[in-house]
Amino acid sequence: MRALLLTIAVVSAGIAAPAIAADQADTIIRGQYQSVLGDCSGCHTRPGGKPLAGGLPLQTPFGVLIPPNITPDAETGVGKWNATDFHNMMKTGIGHDGVRLYPAMPYPAYTKMNDQDISDLWAYLTTVEPVSNKVEANQLPFPLNIRLAMSGWNLLNFDATPFEQDSSKSTEWNRGAYIVQGAGHCGTCHTPKSFLGADKNSAFLKGASLQGWFAPDITGSMTSGIGRWTEDELIAYLKTGVNKHSIASGPMAEAIENSTSQMTDPDLKAVAVYLKSFASDTAAVQSVKPDEKRMAAGEAVYRDNCSACHGGSGGGAGPLFPALAGNSLVAQDSVETLVRLVLEGSQAVHTKGAPTTPAMPSLAWRLNDEQIADVLTYVRSAWGNNAAAVSSGDVTSVRGNLAQ
Amino acid sequence: MTNILPRKDVVIVGLGWSGAILANELTDQGLDVLAIERGPWRDTATDFNIGYAQDELRYGIRRDLFLQPTVETFTIRNSPSETALPLRDFGSFLPGNGVGGAGVHWNGHTWRFWDSDLNIRTHLTERYGAAKIADLEVADWGITGAELEPYYDRFEYLAGISGKAGNIKGELQDGGNPFEDARSRDYPLPPMQMTYAPTLFAEAGRSLGFHPFPTPSANLSQNYVNPLGIAMGQCTYCGFCERFGCANYSKASAQTTVLPVLMKKANFEVRTDSEVLHVNLDASGKSARGVTYIDTSGQEFFQPADLVILCAYGLHNVRLMMLSGIGKIYDPVSGEGVVGRNYCYQTNSGAQVFFDDKNFNPFIAAGALGQTIDDFNGDAFDHGGLDFVGGAGINCIPTNGRPIATRPTLPGTPKWGSAWKKATVESYKSTLAFSSQGSSYASRNNYLDLDPTYKDRFGRPLMRMTFDFPDNDIRMSNYVCDRMEEIAKTLGGKQHVISRRKKGWDSVPYQSTHNTGGAIMGTNPAKSAVNRYLQSWDVPNVFVIGASAFPQNAGKNPTGTVGALAFLAADAIRDQYLRNPGAPLVSA
Repeated sequence: MRALLLTIAVVSAGIAAPAIAADQADTIIRGQYQSVLGDCSGCHTRPGGKPLAGGLPLQTPFGVLIPPNITPDAETGVGKWNATDFHNMMKTGIGHDGVRLYPAMPYPAYTKMNDQDISDLWAYLTTVEPVSNKVEANQLPFPLNIRLAMSGWNLLNFDATPFEQDSSKSTEWNRGAYIVQGAGHCGTCHTPKSFLGADKNSAFLKGASLQGWFAPDITGSMTSGIGRWTEDELIAYLKTGVNKHSIASGPMAEAIENSTSQMTDPDLKAVAVYLKSFASDTAAVQSVKPDEKRMAAGEAVYRDNCSACHGGSGGGAGPLFPALAGNSLVAQDSVETLVRLVLEGSQAVHTKGAPTTPAMPSLAWRLNDEQIADVLTYVRSAWGNNAAAVSSGDVTSVRGNLAQ
Repeated sequence: MTNILPRKDVVIVGLGWSGAILANELTDQGLDVLAIERGPWRDTATDFNIGYAQDELRYGIRRDLFLQPTVETFTIRNSPSETALPLRDFGSFLPGNGVGGAGVHWNGHTWRFWDSDLNIRTHLTERYGAAKIADLEVADWGITGAELEPYYDRFEYLAGISGKAGNIKGELQDGGNPFEDARSRDYPLPPMQMTYAPTLFAEAGRSLGFHPFPTPSANLSQNYVNPLGIAMGQCTYCGFCERFGCANYSKASAQTTVLPVLMKKANFEVRTDSEVLHVNLDASGKSARGVTYIDTSGQEFFQPADLVILCAYGLHNVRLMMLSGIGKIYDPVSGEGVVGRNYCYQTNSGAQVFFDDKNFNPFIAAGALGQTIDDFNGDAFDHGGLDFVGGAGINCIPTNGRPIATRPTLPGTPKWGSAWKKATVESYKSTLAFSSQGSSYASRNNYLDLDPTYKDRFGRPLMRMTFDFPDNDIRMSNYVCDRMEEIAKTLGGKQHVISRRKKGWDSVPYQSTHNTGGAIMGTNPAKSAVNRYLQSWDVPNVFVIGASAFPQNAGKNPTGTVGALAFLAADAIRDQYLRNPGAPLVSA
């Protein structure tokens, strides 16, 4: 992100030159903000690499895709594209020369973006430093590697309806909806997918598994969603990576660093207003209480390994260690993220508002699968938490996946 | 062959408390800053991992986080007439190593020195006459308590110190230290929850007319976010502070208060596992060109820089000055020379009270959790009829109940075997210990210089330490021990033991890592190595930060003052030095 800002600074410095008029500079700066909303660098920039010159491989259920170089380099980037090519790609998933993109590129969300925002974004992309870096994006196995297959996928799954304002809702709500459904493409991670990899729109934002993480439910559910978060707490989370309920980890930490922490305060407010407008399920879900022996075993593991930071009663410690009591991440149906955090540890993201980057150490060397299952069973059931028990097989499977 | 690197605005030697504070302040000013650190990178989750941070054998006994003598040691002797021999294992003091330095494994006692500690020569001469200190080399710091106050305040708020003010803007505060100088505001956090032993100690002290108060602690009583936005956690009272890194972000250190912000700055860089061999001077010897360092592969590098700031442990600062030719080395015979003079230490003693009917649960503890009585510290009491100057804080700070090292036994108990085991079981929970931490005043024959015989792994001479407790300090310590005995008697118990300090400093048993002086600050360039801004008199683009600048040591832990001096030097560099780089801030 710093590199992006530097690029802008260079462009801004060039405003005095006759080549770039002031209104063009405005367009480019607006476009740069669109790239923040869309988190382009999250996929298209390698950690430590040149901005937008191609990213790390994405592991999809269908195989590996590598986010391509989208700098204006003529041979290896998008230097030969024009504004119309780009507009069509964002709207339909069909790029320059009719090449069909795979929906790992979230064009099913970007299609909701309006023409002005797409055109600003293109204006910005033409100004970033061209980098020669050839990326073979398509690493999928046959027959999925035949891009033409995507025409059939689009026919079945792709809805090109533009974003529609809901006139019964506030301007703020509509702005939030536009960001969440469009550029922000929240559903790309948080909405469950069909067997064809398309969003299950009936389960919008109810949580999904991808790349070895479970992107949690961010609907209004009181147990697994963000029903207990206030608007301000949600804003704080998106802006800093930390609030009293949670500390971001995994891909969300990256999204916060590259995207949401850079959003304007009014946009964050709009996103929060929209996400908080989802209905809350106030009735607590009844899950079967785990047997007492497992709870006792889990509590013992908890006291020895977790309580120093997370507190004897799961209360956490301010912005440093998240509370586990009432923590929605703890209560997800899938324990994939939870097990992963215990096995691998995690470090909070560095943002201006929350610079500390506290870390949870890996406990993989210290706890076996059964102990981890016990302690997570305890955590998911103690202090008012009410989520299903964890089996040691669940832990074994995550441990196995991480080892690969 | 030496590799020549691109120049930097500032090179900082050592990334502990001082180095981190200076680097953060000067990068805020826009300078391009490089820190070169001899030891490894260290961070909380990896190196002070909650899963093994409390391994007493690894950290407490084998001293995993400390400087090893194969890397650097010192030769030692008690007097100039003896031949010094190298310390082959550290004992009496334990210098740190790696990022965070000794600030990683300190206990966290965070004191302010008083104006009468800083202005000491003037103060004692006015109160008692010059003859009273004729045998001592005590010197004024060149800075007053009021001038240092804002810098103490900044350090305490950076570190989240937990305590109770005794004097806010001249108004005495109930429950605080009535002897402290006025402070501008209270500590950022309230005192820690008191455990049983210090509570009894305070009651006994109060009944004798003394003024106990909670020891100011860098173990945090509550969650805290410091002025840099960095969050720290409430201490869990686990009792693994000294010799250990804190796994809970609860003990102030460079790691928990500065580095999360500093490390993200584009104009800051640290090179770890790289040892600075010397500061390079130009042909005139009046200006530093940069530093030469060596990495673990044995490659030598010359790092040019406009400004060099020595922020290593005090003893290492002094040795680097000697090896670089910055300032003349002190000679006790002629009394001339500035580098190496006024080496001081700490004059400590201990007390134990054994009970039958009390359970102190000593494992519920923290490094700075306790009570202090300052009635006999510094010049808080009248020395008119006494044969010494100086004093000691009397501290009941049960820092730990660790299973290997904390084994109090009654006098006469065998040192091993079943009788010893039985005795340790009986005394473990029911023994109350307290101690005095006494001032250490400079005398002519306590000093540092280069050893004529012994060299380090790079062929550089080791530094030689010549030290014994001055008679003045022994008399002081005995007087304070008498007061401790009064407290011990008041506490009751079946038996008490007072361990008095004796002449003949012994380098083996652990005493204190409060080695001070050697590159002292002052007003006279013939008797001090650095001016009141910690700037070298002889090479003005070198600053030397740390307890090396203390002209003598007070009866208090030095870290608070080291932190304050770091902020003082940073302000002086930013507000004065950078306007006219390379010029002295005080004319000689």
